Amino acid sequence: MANTVKKVNTVAIADIKNINTITDSDLKKLNTLEFTGTPADAHTLIATATASSSASLTFTSGIDSTYDVYEFQFINLHAATNSVYFQFQVNATDGADYNDSAITSTFFAAYHDEPSGTFAALSYEAGDDAAQSTSDIRLTKWVANGNDESLSGKLTLYAPSSGTYVKHFMSRIANYKIEGATSDTHVAGYINDTTAIDDIKFQMSSGNIDAGVIKMYGISKS
Amino acid sequence: MALTLISTSTASASATLDITSGIDDTYSVYEFHFVNMHPATNQVDFTFQVNAHDGSSQLTGFNETIQSTTFQSQHGEGDGGATVGYYTAYDQGNGTAYQALNYETGYDADQSVSGILTLYDPSDTTFAKHFQARTQTAQGDDFSVDWYTGGYINTTNAITQISFKFDSGNIDAGTIKMFGVS
Repeated sequence: MANTVKKVNTVAIADIKNINTITDSDLKKLNTLEFTGTPADAHTLIATATASSSASLTFTSGIDSTYDVYEFQFINLHAATNSVYFQFQVNATDGADYNDSAITSTFFAAYHDEPSGTFAALSYEAGDDAAQSTSDIRLTKWVANGNDESLSGKLTLYAPSSGTYVKHFMSRIANYKIEGATSDTHVAGYINDTTAIDDIKFQMSSGNIDAGVIKMYGISKS
Repeated sequence: MALTLISTSTASASATLDITSGIDDTYSVYEFHFVNMHPATNQVDFTFQVNAHDGSSQLTGFNETIQSTTFQSQHGEGDGGATVGYYTAYDQGNGTAYQALNYETGYDADQSVSGILTLYDPSDTTFAKHFQARTQTAQGDDFSVDWYTGGYINTTNAITQISFKFDSGNIDAGTIKMFGVS
């Protein structure tokens, strides 16, 4: 009988914080009426990394078998240097220095410029993909560093703790690119390593991440 | 956006993974997360179809009419074949076949496909049912394939069931999680 009781006397159920010393988090039942509350969100915020003139933002804990799917949300990452790439690499549990796992990726983007309003294109960027590369993997290009310019988006990483499969990832980033244009950048690929991945690093190809936030979420397995 | 896990389907040499309950008017958006779907047969396509309810009874078979688009970006481990483009062979024009969600999944021990399918308002009885999907595949010839599918299920009946399979052979392993979005 979930959520059938809206009020007790004139007090809304949502306003009840405790009964005697029992807090609302423990308040599962009142007589025979069960309170289920709001279903739990499958997203769990694991960690937040905030840039402040940071050479890189790394997550070196929290990536394990707890979740099958991890999401990294990029919020207004602002580059210190103009016209740079935003990129990532990983460490497997048997590796270090973010240069051991070969990655193959694709890279395409849609562009539309502000100044003329006439340049609009969709193109594969062959120079920005990766073929069994152990270098940083580009997630967007031509990042601008004007005061109101930044990038936001998301990277999804699948089953990083698998000891059987390569590790798939997909990203989509909205980027305020140099020369005043929007770039909708799509990158995907796989980390060609059957060893578990437990570290990830994000950085610009040159210069610091001046500001911005990256949030790492796990998506519930059960 | 909050996700609520509704059900988990795990393949073990399964011909199909069918989800036949939990798709109703509780949520207006459903997400299906695929994690390492591994085929028993090489270079096969991961696909889906749905089944409708006409208001009085469940219709028979996963064979609803689908109108869809497909495009993909690919790149080989040997640095060849880099391209993005529309894939006419995999779209449907009011077809009733299972809709491809990727392209030629490899069956090596470490190859698979992962991704997400979003289904909008399946219980609606006024509109066609929109869907969008993006998958990432370790393709049989050692390509990375970033695959996009979108379209609508061209029925005003409620959709209550969904089926996933490879177009040939079993789903050897893998997990599909169905979430409701609130």
